[in-house]
Amino acid sequence: MSAAAPSPAIAEFALRMGDSCLILGHRNSEWCGHSPALEEDIALANTALDLIGQTQLWLELACEAEGAGRRPDDLAFLRDVSGYRNLLLVEQPNGDFGRTLMRQYLFDAWHLPMLKALMGSADSRIAAIAEKASKEVAYHLGRSADLVVRLGDGTKESHTRMQAAVDFLWPYTGEMFIADAVDEDLAASGLAPQPESLRDAWREHVTHTLADATLKAPEKSYAQKGGRRGVHSEHLGFVLAEMQFLQRAYPGARW
Amino acid sequence: MDATTAPRPAITEIWSWLSEIPDPEIPVISLVDLGIIRAVAWTGDMLEVTVTPTYSGCPATGVINFEIDRGLRQHGIEKLSLKRQLSPAWTTQWISAEGRAKLRAYGIAPPVDGMAACAGALQPPIVSCPRCGSAKTERISQFGSTPCKAHFRCTECLEPFDYFKSF
Repeated sequence: MSAAAPSPAIAEFALRMGDSCLILGHRNSEWCGHSPALEEDIALANTALDLIGQTQLWLELACEAEGAGRRPDDLAFLRDVSGYRNLLLVEQPNGDFGRTLMRQYLFDAWHLPMLKALMGSADSRIAAIAEKASKEVAYHLGRSADLVVRLGDGTKESHTRMQAAVDFLWPYTGEMFIADAVDEDLAASGLAPQPESLRDAWREHVTHTLADATLKAPEKSYAQKGGRRGVHSEHLGFVLAEMQFLQRAYPGARW
Repeated sequence: MDATTAPRPAITEIWSWLSEIPDPEIPVISLVDLGIIRAVAWTGDMLEVTVTPTYSGCPATGVINFEIDRGLRQHGIEKLSLKRQLSPAWTTQWISAEGRAKLRAYGIAPPVDGMAACAGALQPPIVSCPRCGSAKTERISQFGSTPCKAHFRCTECLEPFDYFKSF
Protein backbone atom coordinates (compact mmCIF):
# COMPACT_ATOMS: atom_id res chain seq x y z
CA MET A 1 0.00 0.00 0.00
CA SER A 2 2.42 2.65 -1.14
CA ALA A 3 1.29 6.26 -1.34
CA ALA A 4 -0.82 6.73 -4.43
CA ALA A 5 -1.48 9.88 -6.44
CA PRO A 6 -4.03 12.28 -4.93
CA SER A 7 -7.62 11.51 -5.86
CA PRO A 8 -10.38 13.99 -4.94
CA ALA A 9 -13.07 11.36 -5.55
CA ILE A 10 -11.46 8.83 -3.19
CA ALA A 11 -10.83 11.54 -0.60
CA GLU A 12 -14.49 12.58 -0.73
CA PHE A 13 -15.70 8.99 -0.52
CA ALA A 14 -13.41 8.17 2.42
CA LEU A 15 -14.71 11.28 4.21
CA ARG A 16 -18.30 10.21 3.69
CA MET A 17 -17.64 6.73 5.08
CA GLY A 18 -15.41 7.95 7.89
CA ASP A 19 -17.72 10.77 8.97
CA SER A 20 -20.75 8.48 9.24
CA CYS A 21 -18.68 6.07 11.36
CA LEU A 22 -17.33 8.90 13.51
CA ILE A 23 -20.65 10.59 14.24
CA LEU A 24 -22.48 7.33 14.93
CA GLY A 25 -19.58 6.18 17.10
CA HIS A 26 -19.75 9.45 19.01
CA ARG A 27 -23.53 9.22 19.41
CA ASN A 28 -23.16 5.69 20.81
CA SER A 29 -20.45 6.82 23.19
CA GLU A 30 -22.93 9.33 24.68
CA TRP A 31 -24.65 6.31 26.25
CA CYS A 32 -21.54 5.24 28.16
CA GLY A 33 -22.59 4.86 31.80
CA HIS A 34 -26.28 5.56 31.02
CA SER A 35 -27.58 2.39 29.38
CA PRO A 36 -30.55 0.47 30.78
CA ALA A 37 -28.35 -2.59 31.49
CA LEU A 38 -24.65 -3.14 32.02
CA GLU A 39 -24.38 -5.56 29.09
CA GLU A 40 -25.96 -3.00 26.78
CA ASP A 41 -23.68 -0.27 28.08
CA ILE A 42 -20.69 -2.46 27.17
CA ALA A 43 -22.19 -3.39 23.81
CA LEU A 44 -22.77 0.27 22.89
CA ALA A 45 -19.23 1.19 23.95
CA ASN A 46 -17.80 -1.73 21.96
CA THR A 47 -19.78 -0.74 18.88
CA ALA A 48 -18.61 2.84 19.30
CA LEU A 49 -15.02 1.61 19.56
CA ASP A 50 -15.30 -0.40 16.35
CA LEU A 51 -16.82 2.56 14.52
CA ILE A 52 -14.17 4.97 15.71
CA GLY A 53 -11.46 2.45 14.74
CA GLN A 54 -12.99 2.31 11.28
CA THR A 55 -13.10 6.10 11.25
CA GLN A 56 -9.34 6.15 11.78
CA LEU A 57 -8.85 3.92 8.72
CA TRP A 58 -11.18 5.94 6.49
CA LEU A 59 -9.82 9.31 7.55
CA GLU A 60 -6.23 8.12 7.03
CA LEU A 61 -7.23 7.22 3.50
CA ALA A 62 -9.00 10.58 3.08
CA CYS A 63 -5.82 12.40 4.11
CA GLU A 64 -3.65 10.28 1.83
CA ALA A 65 -5.99 10.71 -1.15
CA GLU A 66 -6.30 14.44 -0.48
CA GLY A 67 -2.52 14.79 -0.44
CA ALA A 68 -2.59 18.12 1.42
CA GLY A 69 -0.67 17.01 4.50
CA ARG A 70 -3.66 16.93 6.84
CA ARG A 71 -3.90 14.23 9.51
CA PRO A 72 -7.00 12.26 10.59
CA ASP A 73 -7.21 14.24 13.84
CA ASP A 74 -7.27 17.48 11.86
CA LEU A 75 -10.27 16.20 9.94
CA ALA A 76 -12.10 15.00 13.05
CA PHE A 77 -11.45 17.98 15.28
CA LEU A 78 -10.94 20.99 13.03
CA ARG A 79 -13.72 20.83 10.46
CA ASP A 80 -16.98 22.67 11.02
CA VAL A 81 -20.48 21.38 10.25
CA SER A 82 -20.40 22.17 6.54
CA GLY A 83 -17.18 20.18 6.16
CA TYR A 84 -18.78 16.98 7.48
CA ARG A 85 -20.07 14.40 4.98
CA ASN A 86 -21.95 11.96 7.22
CA LEU A 87 -25.49 10.72 6.65
CA LEU A 88 -28.20 12.76 8.40
CA LEU A 89 -29.42 9.52 10.01
CA VAL A 90 -26.40 9.11 12.26
CA GLU A 91 -26.43 12.65 13.66
CA GLN A 92 -30.03 12.42 14.90
CA PRO A 93 -30.21 12.62 18.71
CA ASN A 94 -30.14 9.37 20.65
CA GLY A 95 -33.66 9.79 22.02
CA ASP A 96 -34.58 6.75 24.09
CA PHE A 97 -32.73 3.42 23.96
CA GLY A 98 -35.20 2.15 21.34
CA ARG A 99 -34.49 4.99 18.96
CA THR A 100 -30.74 4.55 19.41
CA LEU A 101 -31.09 0.85 18.56
CA MET A 102 -33.37 1.47 15.60
CA ARG A 103 -30.94 4.08 14.21
CA GLN A 104 -28.10 1.59 14.60
CA TYR A 105 -30.10 -1.13 12.88
CA LEU A 106 -31.16 1.02 9.91
CA PHE A 107 -27.53 2.05 9.48
CA ASP A 108 -26.06 -1.45 9.95
CA ALA A 109 -28.45 -2.92 7.39
CA TRP A 110 -26.95 -0.48 4.85
CA HIS A 111 -23.39 -0.53 6.19
CA LEU A 112 -22.81 -4.28 5.77
CA PRO A 113 -23.89 -4.59 2.11
CA MET A 114 -21.96 -1.39 1.37
CA LEU A 115 -18.78 -2.87 2.85
CA LYS A 116 -19.33 -6.20 1.09
CA ALA A 117 -19.57 -4.34 -2.21
CA LEU A 118 -16.48 -2.26 -1.39
CA MET A 119 -14.44 -5.43 -0.89
CA GLY A 120 -14.43 -5.57 -4.69
CA SER A 121 -13.28 -1.96 -5.09
CA ALA A 122 -10.72 -1.20 -7.77
CA ASP A 123 -8.72 0.59 -5.05
CA SER A 124 -6.90 -1.95 -2.86
CA ARG A 125 -6.92 0.44 0.13
CA ILE A 126 -10.71 0.77 0.04
CA ALA A 127 -11.07 -3.01 -0.37
CA ALA A 128 -8.78 -3.70 2.60
CA ILE A 129 -10.63 -1.33 4.94
CA ALA A 130 -13.95 -2.83 3.83
CA GLU A 131 -12.70 -6.38 4.42
CA LYS A 132 -11.60 -5.47 7.94
CA ALA A 133 -14.68 -3.44 8.85
CA SER A 134 -17.21 -5.88 7.41
CA LYS A 135 -16.27 -8.50 10.01
CA GLU A 136 -17.00 -6.05 12.81
CA VAL A 137 -20.17 -4.74 11.22
CA ALA A 138 -21.55 -8.27 10.80
CA TYR A 139 -21.61 -8.41 14.61
CA HIS A 140 -23.20 -4.97 14.83
CA LEU A 141 -26.00 -5.99 12.48
CA GLY A 142 -26.58 -9.26 14.32
CA ARG A 143 -26.97 -7.45 17.60
CA SER A 144 -29.07 -4.51 16.39
CA ALA A 145 -31.45 -6.73 14.39
CA ASP A 146 -31.86 -9.04 17.38
CA LEU A 147 -32.71 -6.16 19.70
CA VAL A 148 -35.11 -4.53 17.25
CA VAL A 149 -37.03 -7.83 17.16
CA ARG A 150 -36.93 -8.32 20.91
CA LEU A 151 -38.06 -4.79 21.69
CA GLY A 152 -40.56 -4.51 18.83
CA ASP A 153 -42.12 -7.84 19.72
CA GLY A 154 -41.74 -7.18 23.43
CA THR A 155 -44.05 -5.34 25.81
CA LYS A 156 -46.73 -2.89 24.73
CA GLU A 157 -44.48 -0.07 25.93
CA SER A 158 -41.38 -1.26 24.06
CA HIS A 159 -43.43 -1.94 20.91
CA THR A 160 -44.88 1.57 20.96
CA ARG A 161 -41.45 3.10 21.39
CA MET A 162 -39.91 1.05 18.58
CA GLN A 163 -42.72 1.97 16.20
CA ALA A 164 -42.22 5.63 17.10
CA ALA A 165 -38.49 5.22 16.48
CA VAL A 166 -38.87 3.75 13.01
CA ASP A 167 -41.49 6.39 12.12
CA PHE A 168 -39.15 9.17 13.25
CA LEU A 169 -36.01 7.84 11.55
CA TRP A 170 -37.51 6.59 8.29
CA PRO A 171 -37.21 9.90 6.35
CA TYR A 172 -33.44 9.85 6.99
CA THR A 173 -32.88 6.46 5.33
CA GLY A 174 -33.53 7.43 1.69
CA GLU A 175 -30.33 9.49 1.56
CA MET A 176 -28.24 6.30 1.67
CA PHE A 177 -29.41 5.34 -1.82
CA ILE A 178 -29.34 8.66 -3.69
CA ALA A 179 -26.39 9.25 -6.00
CA ASP A 180 -24.68 12.52 -6.80
CA ALA A 181 -21.89 13.32 -9.26
CA VAL A 182 -19.23 11.95 -6.90
CA ASP A 183 -21.05 8.62 -6.65
CA GLU A 184 -21.41 8.41 -10.43
CA ASP A 185 -17.70 9.08 -10.82
CA LEU A 186 -16.77 6.45 -8.19
CA ALA A 187 -19.08 3.84 -9.69
CA ALA A 188 -17.79 4.47 -13.21
CA SER A 189 -14.23 3.89 -11.97
CA GLY A 190 -15.18 0.71 -10.10
CA LEU A 191 -14.21 2.29 -6.78
CA ALA A 192 -17.59 2.09 -5.03
CA PRO A 193 -21.05 0.73 -5.83
CA GLN A 194 -23.94 2.82 -7.09
CA PRO A 195 -25.85 3.79 -3.91
CA GLU A 196 -29.09 2.64 -5.51
CA SER A 197 -27.67 -0.87 -5.98
CA LEU A 198 -27.75 -1.41 -2.21
CA ARG A 199 -31.42 -0.56 -1.81
CA ASP A 200 -32.85 -4.03 -2.48
CA ALA A 201 -30.59 -5.79 0.02
CA TRP A 202 -31.35 -3.14 2.64
CA ARG A 203 -35.07 -3.17 1.98
CA GLU A 204 -35.23 -6.96 2.14
CA HIS A 205 -33.37 -7.12 5.46
CA VAL A 206 -35.42 -4.29 6.98
CA THR A 207 -38.75 -5.69 5.78
CA HIS A 208 -37.91 -9.08 7.26
CA THR A 209 -36.69 -7.69 10.59
CA LEU A 210 -39.58 -5.27 11.02
CA ALA A 211 -42.04 -8.07 10.29
CA ASP A 212 -40.39 -10.28 12.93
CA ALA A 213 -40.54 -7.32 15.29
CA THR A 214 -44.29 -6.82 14.60
CA LEU A 215 -43.48 -3.28 13.43
CA LYS A 216 -44.80 -1.47 10.37
CA ALA A 217 -42.46 0.07 7.82
CA PRO A 218 -43.68 3.63 7.19
CA GLU A 219 -45.21 4.15 3.78
CA LYS A 220 -43.88 7.68 3.32
CA SER A 221 -40.96 7.70 0.94
CA TYR A 222 -39.89 11.35 1.26
CA ALA A 223 -36.12 11.46 1.87
CA GLN A 224 -34.35 14.13 3.91
CA LYS A 225 -30.98 14.66 2.28
CA GLY A 226 -27.90 16.86 2.29
CA GLY A 227 -25.54 15.29 4.80
CA ARG A 228 -23.24 13.88 2.15
CA ARG A 229 -22.68 17.34 0.68
CA GLY A 230 -22.34 19.11 4.03
CA VAL A 231 -25.89 20.35 4.59
CA HIS A 232 -26.86 19.05 8.02
CA SER A 233 -29.63 19.13 10.59
CA GLU A 234 -29.14 21.46 13.54
CA HIS A 235 -28.03 18.53 15.70
CA LEU A 236 -24.57 18.04 14.20
CA GLY A 237 -23.30 21.37 15.52
CA PHE A 238 -24.03 20.27 19.08
CA VAL A 239 -22.21 16.99 18.52
CA LEU A 240 -19.15 18.82 17.20
CA ALA A 241 -19.25 21.40 20.00
CA GLU A 242 -18.76 18.61 22.50
CA MET A 243 -16.47 16.39 20.46
CA GLN A 244 -14.15 19.17 19.34
CA PHE A 245 -14.13 21.27 22.50
CA LEU A 246 -10.69 20.28 23.72
CA GLN A 247 -8.86 20.83 20.42
CA ARG A 248 -10.69 24.10 19.84
CA ALA A 249 -9.97 25.44 23.33
CA TYR A 250 -6.42 24.09 23.54
CA PRO A 251 -5.17 23.81 19.95
CA GLY A 252 -2.69 20.98 19.45
CA ALA A 253 -3.23 19.56 22.97
CA ARG A 254 -1.78 16.04 23.32
CA TRP A 255 -1.69 13.37 26.02
CA MET B 1 27.70 -6.85 20.86
CA ASP B 2 28.79 -4.58 18.07
CA ALA B 3 25.70 -4.05 15.95
CA THR B 4 27.63 -2.84 12.93
CA THR B 5 29.58 -6.06 12.48
CA ALA B 6 27.25 -8.60 14.10
CA PRO B 7 25.48 -10.94 11.69
CA ARG B 8 21.76 -10.45 11.26
CA PRO B 9 19.87 -12.73 13.64
CA ALA B 10 18.07 -15.59 11.87
CA ILE B 11 14.38 -15.11 11.14
CA THR B 12 13.50 -18.21 13.18
CA GLU B 13 15.30 -16.70 16.15
CA ILE B 14 13.34 -13.47 15.79
CA TRP B 15 10.08 -15.43 15.72
CA SER B 16 11.10 -17.10 18.98
CA TRP B 17 11.76 -13.66 20.55
CA LEU B 18 8.37 -12.45 19.35
CA SER B 19 6.72 -15.53 20.84
CA GLU B 20 7.85 -14.32 24.26
CA ILE B 21 6.03 -10.99 23.99
CA PRO B 22 2.68 -11.24 25.80
CA ASP B 23 -0.56 -9.78 24.52
CA PRO B 24 -1.20 -6.68 26.67
CA GLU B 25 -4.87 -7.57 27.28
CA ILE B 26 -4.48 -11.33 27.77
CA PRO B 27 -0.91 -11.77 29.02
CA VAL B 28 -1.02 -15.59 29.07
CA ILE B 29 -0.84 -15.72 25.29
CA SER B 30 1.86 -14.23 23.09
CA LEU B 31 1.50 -12.02 20.05
CA VAL B 32 2.56 -15.02 17.95
CA ASP B 33 -0.11 -17.25 19.58
CA LEU B 34 -2.67 -14.58 18.73
CA GLY B 35 -1.69 -14.77 15.06
CA ILE B 36 -1.27 -11.03 14.55
CA ILE B 37 2.39 -11.15 13.46
CA ARG B 38 2.05 -11.86 9.75
CA ALA B 39 5.62 -11.66 8.51
CA VAL B 40 9.20 -11.05 9.61
CA ALA B 41 11.79 -10.22 6.97
CA TRP B 42 15.13 -8.53 6.52
CA THR B 43 15.51 -5.81 3.91
CA GLY B 44 19.23 -5.09 3.96
CA ASP B 45 19.98 -4.26 7.59
CA MET B 46 16.36 -3.22 8.28
CA LEU B 47 14.05 -5.70 9.98
CA GLU B 48 10.45 -5.41 8.82
CA VAL B 49 7.72 -6.86 11.05
CA THR B 50 4.22 -7.00 9.58
CA VAL B 51 1.41 -6.76 12.12
CA THR B 52 -2.34 -6.96 11.56
CA PRO B 53 -4.86 -5.46 14.01
CA THR B 54 -7.41 -7.69 15.70
CA TYR B 55 -10.26 -5.15 15.74
CA SER B 56 -9.85 -1.80 14.00
CA GLY B 57 -10.59 0.11 17.20
CA CYS B 58 -8.69 -2.14 19.58
CA PRO B 59 -6.95 0.18 22.06
CA ALA B 60 -4.19 -2.41 22.58
CA THR B 61 -2.83 -1.87 19.06
CA GLY B 62 -0.57 1.01 20.06
CA VAL B 63 0.73 -0.89 23.08
CA ILE B 64 1.39 -3.98 20.93
CA ASN B 65 3.55 -1.98 18.52
CA PHE B 66 5.42 -0.47 21.44
CA GLU B 67 6.04 -3.91 22.98
CA ILE B 68 7.32 -5.35 19.70
CA ASP B 69 9.67 -2.43 19.28
CA ARG B 70 10.91 -2.67 22.85
CA GLY B 71 11.19 -6.47 22.83
CA LEU B 72 13.25 -6.63 19.66
CA ARG B 73 15.51 -3.74 20.66
CA GLN B 74 16.33 -5.66 23.86
CA HIS B 75 17.68 -8.39 21.59
CA GLY B 76 19.88 -5.91 19.78
CA ILE B 77 17.71 -5.12 16.75
CA GLU B 78 18.54 -1.52 15.96
CA LYS B 79 16.79 -0.86 12.66
CA LEU B 80 13.20 -1.90 12.85
CA SER B 81 10.17 -1.05 10.76
CA LEU B 82 6.63 -2.02 11.77
CA LYS B 83 4.21 -2.40 8.90
CA ARG B 84 0.45 -2.52 9.35
CA GLN B 85 -1.42 -4.94 7.12
CA LEU B 86 -5.23 -4.86 6.93
CA SER B 87 -5.76 -7.54 4.29
CA PRO B 88 -6.17 -10.46 4.67
CA ALA B 89 -8.12 -9.42 7.76
CA TRP B 90 -7.22 -11.08 11.03
CA THR B 91 -9.27 -14.14 11.91
CA THR B 92 -9.44 -16.13 15.12
CA GLN B 93 -8.55 -19.18 13.01
CA TRP B 94 -4.98 -17.83 13.24
CA ILE B 95 -4.89 -18.35 17.01
CA SER B 96 -2.50 -21.27 17.56
CA ALA B 97 -3.48 -24.56 19.22
CA GLU B 98 -1.12 -23.66 22.03
CA GLY B 99 -2.79 -20.26 22.35
CA ARG B 100 -6.22 -21.88 22.58
CA ALA B 101 -5.06 -24.19 25.36
CA LYS B 102 -3.58 -21.24 27.24
CA LEU B 103 -6.79 -19.24 26.88
CA ARG B 104 -8.86 -22.08 28.28
CA ALA B 105 -6.48 -22.59 31.21
CA TYR B 106 -6.75 -18.85 31.91
CA GLY B 107 -10.56 -19.06 32.08
CA ILE B 108 -11.40 -17.71 28.61
CA ALA B 109 -13.25 -20.06 26.27
CA PRO B 110 -11.36 -20.14 22.95
CA PRO B 111 -13.18 -19.38 19.70
CA VAL B 112 -15.39 -22.08 18.22
CA ASP B 113 -14.03 -22.75 14.74
CA GLY B 114 -16.08 -22.46 11.64
CA MET B 115 -18.22 -19.68 13.04
CA ALA B 116 -16.28 -16.83 11.46
CA ALA B 117 -18.95 -15.98 8.95
CA CYS B 118 -21.76 -16.59 11.39
CA ALA B 119 -22.06 -13.39 13.38
CA GLY B 120 -25.84 -13.70 13.62
CA ALA B 121 -27.12 -12.94 17.07
CA LEU B 122 -29.97 -15.37 17.08
CA GLN B 123 -27.94 -18.58 17.15
CA PRO B 124 -24.90 -18.26 19.40
CA PRO B 125 -22.33 -21.06 19.09
CA ILE B 126 -22.15 -23.88 21.65
CA VAL B 127 -19.30 -22.87 23.91
CA SER B 128 -17.90 -25.16 26.60
CA CYS B 129 -17.32 -23.74 30.06
CA PRO B 130 -13.56 -23.24 30.53
CA ARG B 131 -13.91 -24.14 34.22
CA CYS B 132 -16.02 -27.30 34.36
CA GLY B 133 -16.14 -28.27 30.67
CA SER B 134 -19.93 -28.37 30.50
CA ALA B 135 -21.58 -27.51 27.19
CA LYS B 136 -24.60 -26.16 29.08
CA THR B 137 -23.77 -22.51 28.77
CA GLU B 138 -25.69 -19.41 27.71
CA ARG B 139 -24.70 -16.16 26.15
CA ILE B 140 -25.35 -13.12 28.32
CA SER B 141 -24.13 -10.55 25.82
CA GLN B 142 -22.49 -10.58 22.43
CA PHE B 143 -20.00 -7.99 23.70
CA GLY B 144 -17.78 -8.52 26.71
CA SER B 145 -14.83 -6.98 28.51
CA THR B 146 -12.99 -6.26 25.25
CA PRO B 147 -14.17 -6.04 21.62
CA CYS B 148 -12.89 -9.57 20.93
CA LYS B 149 -14.91 -11.27 23.67
CA ALA B 150 -18.52 -12.12 24.43
CA HIS B 151 -19.99 -12.66 27.86
CA PHE B 152 -21.23 -16.18 28.74
CA ARG B 153 -22.44 -18.07 31.80
CA CYS B 154 -22.27 -21.76 32.62
CA THR B 155 -25.65 -23.07 33.75
CA GLU B 156 -24.02 -26.11 35.36
CA CYS B 157 -21.28 -24.62 37.57
CA LEU B 158 -22.94 -21.19 37.40
CA GLU B 159 -19.68 -19.35 36.74
CA PRO B 160 -19.69 -16.42 34.32
CA PHE B 161 -16.87 -16.42 31.77
CA ASP B 162 -15.49 -14.65 28.72
CA TYR B 163 -15.71 -16.26 25.31
CA PHE B 164 -13.14 -15.23 22.72
CA LYS B 165 -15.59 -14.87 19.88
CA SER B 166 -15.06 -16.31 16.45
CA PHE B 167 -14.04 -13.57 14.04
